[in-house]
Amino acid sequence: MKARSRPRLDVDIRTVKKARALAKRAGRPIVQMAKQHTTVSVERATLRLAGLSGADPDGTPWANRLLDAVRADTGLEHGICLPVWDALLRQDTRDLNRLAQLAAVGQVRFRIPEGRDAARAQAAARKPVAAGIRKIDSRRKERDRLIKRWGDPQQRPWIYLIVATGDIYEDMPQAQAAARGGADIIAVIRSTGQSLLDYVPEGATREGFAGTYATQENFRLMRAALDETSKELGRYVRLTNYASGLCMPEIAALAGLERLDMMLNDSMYGILFRDINPIRTFVDQRFSRQVHARAGIIINTGEDNYLTTADAVEAAHTVTVSQLLNEFFAKEAGLEDWQLGLGHAFEIDPAIPDSFRLELAHALLARTLFPDAPLKWMPPTRHMTGDVFGGYLLDGFFNLAGVMTDQDILLVGMMTEAVVTPWLSDRDLALQNVRYVVNAAGRLAEDFVPRPDGFIAQRCNQVLGESIDLLEQILNHDSGLLDAIADGTFGLMKRPADAGRGLEGVAKKANDYYNPAIALLDEKPAA
Amino acid sequence: MSDKAIIRPYGDTTGDGMVQVSFTLPLPHDKRAEGAAAQLANKMGIEPALVVHAKAMGPDFTFFVVYGRVNHLVDVSQVEVIERDFPLLTPKQASLIVKSRLRRRLVVVGACIGTDAHTVGIDAILNIKGFAGEKGLEYYREFKVINMGAQVSVPQLVSRSQQEKADVILVSQVVTQREAHILNALEMSAAFREAYPADKRPLLIIGGPRFEERQAAELGVDRVFTRGSTPGEVASYLVHAFFENKQRELHGPA
Repeated sequence: MKARSRPRLDVDIRTVKKARALAKRAGRPIVQMAKQHTTVSVERATLRLAGLSGADPDGTPWANRLLDAVRADTGLEHGICLPVWDALLRQDTRDLNRLAQLAAVGQVRFRIPEGRDAARAQAAARKPVAAGIRKIDSRRKERDRLIKRWGDPQQRPWIYLIVATGDIYEDMPQAQAAARGGADIIAVIRSTGQSLLDYVPEGATREGFAGTYATQENFRLMRAALDETSKELGRYVRLTNYASGLCMPEIAALAGLERLDMMLNDSMYGILFRDINPIRTFVDQRFSRQVHARAGIIINTGEDNYLTTADAVEAAHTVTVSQLLNEFFAKEAGLEDWQLGLGHAFEIDPAIPDSFRLELAHALLARTLFPDAPLKWMPPTRHMTGDVFGGYLLDGFFNLAGVMTDQDILLVGMMTEAVVTPWLSDRDLALQNVRYVVNAAGRLAEDFVPRPDGFIAQRCNQVLGESIDLLEQILNHDSGLLDAIADGTFGLMKRPADAGRGLEGVAKKANDYYNPAIALLDEKPAA
Repeated sequence: MSDKAIIRPYGDTTGDGMVQVSFTLPLPHDKRAEGAAAQLANKMGIEPALVVHAKAMGPDFTFFVVYGRVNHLVDVSQVEVIERDFPLLTPKQASLIVKSRLRRRLVVVGACIGTDAHTVGIDAILNIKGFAGEKGLEYYREFKVINMGAQVSVPQLVSRSQQEKADVILVSQVVTQREAHILNALEMSAAFREAYPADKRPLLIIGGPRFEERQAAELGVDRVFTRGSTPGEVASYLVHAFFENKQRELHGPA
C-alpha cells in the first residue's frame, strides 16, 4: 500500500487499545479450541495439498471417498495422514488417487500405525504436503511477478465487480468485458447452495443457481482468462471467490494452488447466517486463514451481513466488534495488515435525517481503527427498492462516502439491486457512476477533516464505546464468545456450539494426531 | 380524473401518452444502431420515438434511452387486482384477538426454501426489526415465531412444523433461477397436504417479488404476498384467516 495521508479521526488511543485487548481475550479461547479439533474438510484439504484431485464417475471427489473410507476404519481424531501414508507404504504405491480408488471399492484397510511405522508414515506424509505448500508459494511469487510486470490499478479504491451467470464459459467473457470496462477485481459469485455442500464439485461447470460453482477447474479457467485481459490492459486484474461454508479449508487450498487473489473469508459468517456449527466453522476458519496467509491472498470479511439483517444505525457497533474479532483471528493465523479486507457497508435507511453523515462516521471509524488494512466498502442493498433512479443516486452517495473516507476496495453497487441480476447496461451505468465520483472527488479524502467535536467525531466515539460494551458483554459469558453466539448476542441468531450443520464432521484431536500442513503453514515461506 | 375508465400515460399534458424506456441492442454504436433503436420503439407502439441517448458499451453493444408517445389506451375497468379483503390490525389488536380466541400463542414457522440464500424477505416480516417502519412478527406478544432461515429443505420445514405444532407457515423466495420459485412453492404445498389431514393443515403463506397475488390457488397455498408487503399486513391477514374464515377448524388450545 502506498504511503499517503489517510483521513482519520482523533479517537482516544487507550480506548482503541482496550477494544483490541478485549477482542483478543474473546478470541484466544476460540483459537485454543480450534487447535484441539480437526474437521473432515481440514483433512480433505490436506489430501488436496498432497496432490489428490478428481472425482469418481458419480462426481464425488476422491478426497471425500478416501476420507470417508479412512474415517470408517480409524475415525477422524488421528488425522488423515497417519492412516493414509501408512497404507501407501504398505501398498507400495505413492499414488494417492490409486489408493482412493482402492479404498472406494473396499480393497484397503486402514489402521493407525505405531512406533517406527508411525514415524515412517509421518515422514512420508510430510513430503507431498510440503510440495503442495511449495506450489502455493510459487503461485504467490508468480502473482508478485505479474503485478510487477502489468502493474496495479492507478486509482484507489480498487473497483470490485461481480459476475454470476452459472456458466463458467459465459462468466469468462463477461469478466473480461467488466475488466475492460474498468473493474480491477472480479468476484465470481457462487451458486447459492454451495456453502452447504460438504464436498467441492469437480471440473468446469455450466449450470448453477444465481451463481457459478467454485471448482478448481473453474478457478483455473477464470484466472487464465483474466491473465489474458490483464496483459492486454497492462493492469493486473484480481480474482475473488468464496472460502466459506462447509468446505472453506479445501476451497482456500484450491485458491492458493490456482492463484486466486482475494477470498471472502469471515470468522463467524457461516455460524450466524448459514447455521453451520460454531466449532466446525472456527476450526475450518483457522486452517483456511493459514492457507490464505501463506498464499498472499487478501481476505474479505462479511460485516455487511450484520447490517442487512439488522438496523444499520443500531447495529453499527456489531460491525466494529466483528472487524476487531476478524482482525484478531486473521493475525493469529499469520495474515498481515495488507491482507485484511475488513468489510463494512452503506446500509443506513436514506429516509432518516443525517444518514450520510452517519455513514461517513461509520466508514471513518473503520478507516481510523484499521489504517493499514485494505477496507472493503459494500453498497446499499436493503434500501434499494426497485426505484432504479433513486437507487442510482444512492449508489452515487455510497461511492462518494467511499472516496471521502479512503476505502480501498469498492464493491460496485447496481441500481437494479433487488430487481434482476445485473444486466450489461446496469454494470456499465454503475461503472460510469463510480468513475464520475472517483474522478470528480479526486483526493478529497485529504481535505476531509471532520471537526474534532462535531457530529461525525461524536458518532465515531459513540460506536466505539458501544463496541467495547458489546465485547465486555461477550466476555461476561461463562465460555465467552461461544456462549455469546449461542444466546443470540449477535443479532437475533442463537447458535449453540452443539448444533448446526457440519457438526458430524468435527473431531477432537487424539494425542497422536498428525497433520504436517498446519505446522508447515505456521512457518514463514522461504523468501 | 380517476373516474375515467380509459387513460393514457401522462408526460406533462393529459392524454399525451408519453413514456420513457431504456434498453440495450447488440450492435456497435453508429447511425444504424440508432435507427434500429427507433424501429424497436416504433414496434413497441412508441410513435414518434425520440432516441435521446445512445452510448456504446464496449465494441459490440449500445445502450439507448428513448422517449415517445404510445398509441395504446388503458381500460382501467378491465384491470384485475386482489383488493385487501381483511382489516388492518395493530400489533396490539392482533395479539388481543389471538389471546382471547386461542388462549395460547399462535405458532408461526418461517423459512426460505430450496437453494435461495436470501433471507431479506422472511427477515423483514419476522424479525423484530421489521420493515417499512412496522415491527416484525416477533414483536407480536401472542405470536411464537420460529425463523428457520435460508436453504431449508421442504422435509425439514414439514418436520419442524409438526414438531412446533405450527399454525402458520411462511415461506419466502427471493432470488431464484428459472421457475424454481414456482416449483419450490408447489413442492412445499404438496408436502403439507400429504403430511396433514385437510382440517389440521397449517395456513400456508408464500411471499416474494416474483409471485403474483392471483397465483395462490395454482400454487396450492392460502395466500401470496408480493413485493412491498409489510409485517402488519401479513399479521392482519393471518389473524383474519385463522379466526374469521369459518371453513377453518381451530386446532384448539395445545
